[in-house]
Amino acid sequence: MKLAYWMYAGPAHIGTLRIASSFKNVHAIMHAPLGDDYFNVMRSMLERERDFTPVTASIVDRNVLARGSQEKVVDNITRKDGEEKPDLIVLTPTCTSSILQEDLQNFVDRAQLDAKADVMLADVNHYRVNELQAADRTLQQIVEYYIKKARKKDQLTQDKTVKPSVNIIGISTLGFHNQHDCTELKRLMADLGIEVNEVIPDKASVHNLKNLPKAWFNLVPYRELGMMTANYLETEFGMPYVDITPMGVVETARCIRKIQQVLNAQGAQVNYEDYIDRQTRFVSQAAWFSRSIDCQNLTGKKAVVFGDNTHAAALTKILAREMGIHVVLAGTYCKYDEEWFREQVSEYCDEVLVSDDNGAIGDAIARIEPAAIFGTQMERHVGKRLDIPCGVIAAPIHIQNFPVGYRPYLGYEGANQVVDLIYNSFTLGMEDHLLEIFGGHDTKEAITAGISADSDLNWHKDAQTELNKVPGFVRNKVKRNTEKFARDRGMNEITLEVMYAAKEAVGA
Amino acid sequence: MTVTDEKNALTFECETGNYHTFCPISCVAWLYQKIEDSFFLVIGTKTCGYFLQNAMGVMIFAEPRYAMAELEEADISAKLNDYDELKRLCEQIKRDRNPSVIVWIGTCTTEIIKMDLEGIAPKLEAEIGIPIVTARANGLDYAFTQGEDTVLAAMANRCPKPKDIKPEEKAEHNGIQKLLNFGRQKDNTTPETTTPNHPPLVLFGSLPDPVVTNLSLELKKQGIEVSGWLPEKRYTELPVIDEGYYVAGVNPFLSRTATTLMRRRKCKLIGAPFPIGPDGTRAWIEKICSVFNIEPQGLDEREAKIWESLEDYLQLIRGKSVFFMGDNLLEISLARFLVRCGMTVPEIGIPYMDKRYQKAELDLLAKTCTEMGVPLPKIIEKPDNYNQLQRIKDIQPDLVITGMAHANPLEARGISTKWSVEFTFAQIHGFTNSRDILELVTRPLRRNNALKGLGWEKLVEEAQV
Repeated sequence: MKLAYWMYAGPAHIGTLRIASSFKNVHAIMHAPLGDDYFNVMRSMLERERDFTPVTASIVDRNVLARGSQEKVVDNITRKDGEEKPDLIVLTPTCTSSILQEDLQNFVDRAQLDAKADVMLADVNHYRVNELQAADRTLQQIVEYYIKKARKKDQLTQDKTVKPSVNIIGISTLGFHNQHDCTELKRLMADLGIEVNEVIPDKASVHNLKNLPKAWFNLVPYRELGMMTANYLETEFGMPYVDITPMGVVETARCIRKIQQVLNAQGAQVNYEDYIDRQTRFVSQAAWFSRSIDCQNLTGKKAVVFGDNTHAAALTKILAREMGIHVVLAGTYCKYDEEWFREQVSEYCDEVLVSDDNGAIGDAIARIEPAAIFGTQMERHVGKRLDIPCGVIAAPIHIQNFPVGYRPYLGYEGANQVVDLIYNSFTLGMEDHLLEIFGGHDTKEAITAGISADSDLNWHKDAQTELNKVPGFVRNKVKRNTEKFARDRGMNEITLEVMYAAKEAVGA
Repeated sequence: MTVTDEKNALTFECETGNYHTFCPISCVAWLYQKIEDSFFLVIGTKTCGYFLQNAMGVMIFAEPRYAMAELEEADISAKLNDYDELKRLCEQIKRDRNPSVIVWIGTCTTEIIKMDLEGIAPKLEAEIGIPIVTARANGLDYAFTQGEDTVLAAMANRCPKPKDIKPEEKAEHNGIQKLLNFGRQKDNTTPETTTPNHPPLVLFGSLPDPVVTNLSLELKKQGIEVSGWLPEKRYTELPVIDEGYYVAGVNPFLSRTATTLMRRRKCKLIGAPFPIGPDGTRAWIEKICSVFNIEPQGLDEREAKIWESLEDYLQLIRGKSVFFMGDNLLEISLARFLVRCGMTVPEIGIPYMDKRYQKAELDLLAKTCTEMGVPLPKIIEKPDNYNQLQRIKDIQPDLVITGMAHANPLEARGISTKWSVEFTFAQIHGFTNSRDILELVTRPLRRNNALKGLGWEKLVEEAQV
């Protein structure tokens, strides 16, 4: 048992449902107790989805438990088959119903006898993998199913498209800014003269999966979703893939160069150097921003980065390489893919933290006291309590990650957006100078070990009056610095003298 | 179905039960706020935790008083000892938060792996010195708001008997009375020591504090003292309950609590409609008065005045139809009030229908429909959302009160909706809050009026429900 207050990644069935409901005309049946079908709420509310979520819960209640679920599950599958006429029905249990250890594959086989649609059991272990791993696996499972089916029917062609082409793998519903990223990637491919063969799973038809091998290569923008599919297609058809996340100017260029290499290896003769140069120096604002006077003031500021592998690694690189910001700690909650993360960020930060315990991250932030945090919604709240600004860069998703306006994180426009996010996350301008006066910045020791320290110090009246003169938005920071100073020296009382001594000490 | 002989009798149907509602563990979201010295430990899987965090929107940020005991593979396969594991977690909770009570919320998973929470709790309680209340708020047996029912039923067993209370503690157990008397000098001259001239009355149902005060005051106006509420603001102030005490519920989803109070604590249940809407509140007070042989005073005027103050909202909804898909078990009470407001109700979906506990409310619904000259609604227990959507497509109701999963898709098809969840969290009880119910009900209609003329009613290409 684990005492948990917060989860960075959802349970496995959420991942499976994200994939199933991303496809066009695919229906998912959840074999689950009442209330486990909140995926429908998430999709309908967060994505502001206009259509009914194609997920139906086949409810497990006492009666079903007593009688066995087969009849009900099979009935619900065949019923949906008639009502919605989907191409594919995916059956998934949840953590709860997977304990029943029923032979769900048998249910599926039984339902397949009557259903016109293909019926499939999502093959994931609900206690061993999380949402991200399950999504990756389910996408691969569906792709493999349709590749095999096409092969059996002899519909598979390995002829490549005439012009260079790409499959974009890993764009899904309820993904972090996925829709906007997808638009941006399509633009980028168009700029590079590359046709988009298929985008999966988002709005894809399962019938088109047999066309995947026609593309010249696969692009997997997110580390968490699509790698299994890309590996499968590589093994099966020798299709190369590019798995460099084009986030930030430098990594976008690296991604494009890799694409160039992959295409030229297949006989194309492309040279994207001029394009990269032009985008970097004149079209995108991000590179210019790095050279501008605004960014100069960010030099050496301390930041903590935390998120999923894709976003935390990319942000760390952007902060360190493109903006000269000092990344003290880079962390990920993708424990299952720790090695990759360490390899990606180690040279760009002081410490690496791999954990899905929000308390550990909160404590690290309190200890480091960075000038800004780039994390998830959880770190945003930690930041609120510690009075440290936070830019949200990664899932778990929140309604704020589904903005109506265009906010990609990938490609050259994404680079602009990320720069805005970073710049606006730091305290700026006059605010900055006021902080300097009272020594607000970047001190090393922790106030206390934890993040929830109430003041146990006694403020004298004159010191309190002085504190009140400090502008409101920096007052807490000054207060904390002064209290830390006092605590470090074992003082219980804060007088005016202590306050100024603290200011001097911090300045020194 | 014949219509003729069904004029005065409600019809009940049961569908497939393939419907969307929230999991009953969601009750922790409001109960931990209500019971200020409590800690709720939900013993379940990642699925449960992600629900609380995400779909309920109650993110666990600021030093929360609830947490997940997340069951891992070793727990499921019984490789670990449940007692030791729960002990470890509860000791940590005691150390970190020191609550007056830890409420264990059992889930579907603890049911399926047959974790003996009721057996473990008393032993562990003795060992760590904090009361542990066990509630089985699982989705196998219950829907959404019934989670509260499971918790209150468990707490009903923990309410002290008069002999358990030392005299000096008595004052504390009269917190409500003190609150009500505050600032009323005249009443204070005869303080709590005067026993009311009726048997003790305990009300059950978790309501926000202002509503508790409000309802207690309404009864006080009739000379009725509420001797306690289940739950109180603090676990340590649970009301004294003894054999022969009268109890009355304020929410329609508390049938187990009612049964527990009657069977286990030998209380007498006052079966009344629920104090929702001016009509319901009046009927509720009248019923309680009648049990105590008190002639209610001034209720006519009180109710009439409230209706008068609602007139601007009533004009918006009169003659309009409202369809309940079924979610929080408040459906019958809300439908009855809205019929009285002049609306028609073609269908009431409801997760679970306890016809005995809700009898007075169902009778009032039928009576209200007859008096208002509108057809009786069809009551669908354990509805099937797919079938309901087909019916909504046919009927085209003016408003659908629905769970969150269907609201946006219905709106996109030009059907106005209101989330049923909002009625769970808003203050809707008593005379004063009637306006708040209509504030919610009329909001989509007022929004539509504001956007009228834009011609954006259908926002899907093929308008198919």
